[in-house]
Amino acid sequence: MAREVVPIHPAQQTVLPLRENRSLSTAAQNQGLNDGALISAIRSGNQDAMAQLYDRYSGVVYSVAFRVLGETSAAEDVLQEIFMQLWRNPGAFDSGRGNLAPWLAVIARNRAVDMLRKRRPQTEMTETVVSVEPDMAGDADRGRAVEKVRAVLKEMPAPQRSALEMAYFEGYSHSEISEKTGEPLGTIKTRIRTGLILLRKAIEAR
Amino acid sequence: MSVHEQFAEDLALHALGCLEGDERATLERHLEECAACRRELEQLRGDAALLALTASGPRPPTRAKTRLIDAIAKEPKLQPGVPRMPWWAAFGWVAALAMIVVVVVVWNQNSRLKSSLAVLQGLSEQQGAELERDRRVVDTLTASDAKPVSILPAKYKSPPPEGKAIYSRERNGLVFIASNMLPLPAQKAYELWLIPAQGTPIPAGVFKPDARGSAVVINPPLPAGVEAKAFAITIEPERGSTTPTMPIIMIGAGG
Repeated sequence: MAREVVPIHPAQQTVLPLRENRSLSTAAQNQGLNDGALISAIRSGNQDAMAQLYDRYSGVVYSVAFRVLGETSAAEDVLQEIFMQLWRNPGAFDSGRGNLAPWLAVIARNRAVDMLRKRRPQTEMTETVVSVEPDMAGDADRGRAVEKVRAVLKEMPAPQRSALEMAYFEGYSHSEISEKTGEPLGTIKTRIRTGLILLRKAIEAR
Repeated sequence: MSVHEQFAEDLALHALGCLEGDERATLERHLEECAACRRELEQLRGDAALLALTASGPRPPTRAKTRLIDAIAKEPKLQPGVPRMPWWAAFGWVAALAMIVVVVVVWNQNSRLKSSLAVLQGLSEQQGAELERDRRVVDTLTASDAKPVSILPAKYKSPPPEGKAIYSRERNGLVFIASNMLPLPAQKAYELWLIPAQGTPIPAGVFKPDARGSAVVINPPLPAGVEAKAFAITIEPERGSTTPTMPIIMIGAGG
């Protein structure tokens, strides 16, 4: 829970390059940089790097927010809020523990659900750790993985897919899903767990 | 998989954020003690992220980017490495503490650099993070509302365990330096608590002292704008706790 604790003896540190950032000043120089390098450049105040990162991932964030909220203006607010948070605190993303796209997608989903339920943010960016295999740093890798997941969702029994989507995109609790569908609580729990495991197996089988 | 089967389904619900009530509280207590279930939860969250990535929708409007760029232009970041020199003369001992932190961090860095060329890239990245952390340390120590607080046990032998907490509500920063801390029981750690003027104690960092009994906690995640009435230390499980386990072994008033 205390990720900033620093023992005096040598310790593992969350790291981001800085030295190279100082030479970054134009959008052209940022082209082709990986996410970690862009995050580092943002850390030192490079606005072009922020624009580059926005171009890469605004579609992911906006799509997730729109899927949850179903409204363009609210999705735009989530988009703005998340990228502003990233600008203010780029260190919230731990590049050693996952890729930026799924992390941003989860952050967007969480914030959108909070907004949907009209509540204050439940989870800080810094507390969100998303571990996704395989590597999704590239658009092509991510595209292949997403298509595979979509195919699994399509083949999934409708009640199971619905339970997953109600929980994840509509922000319902398990008891609310049980109430709305008329299915026993245990059935809902089992459907959600096996649904997630199916997604994992689909990716592992790639 | 060594996940406790009785929690398997609740872990999936928790990963989707749809577990509530007593079941959630029970699971969270279990997670504090069970590394296998914590790993499974992280993996299930990864699975849920795959679900998030399947969302498709319209492209964001062009104005959204303009709005963002305009907003960040109004929030320029401070460039690292610009210490405020006049402060050092006025608060020498605080400066010395800050320098100790910097020296220790840099020493760690140098040791690692010598150890292997293979980790050079990682070390370079680490330096960036550490410089940023150091900047934040200096920011906290130089804050106009920074308060040095000594935290001492009720009874102690010489040399006594001692902790100094420098907290800035305005900058939401906290630097804590401990010395002569007693060895801990197995699988236990010290936890620092911010005792607010109102409300329940707030976790302010878990730490284990080194062989000399020294430890540092720098800018743990804290809610913004909290007025500190006191700081206290308890002994907790290694992952820390959300509420302090009695007894409080050290405490100091916030001044």
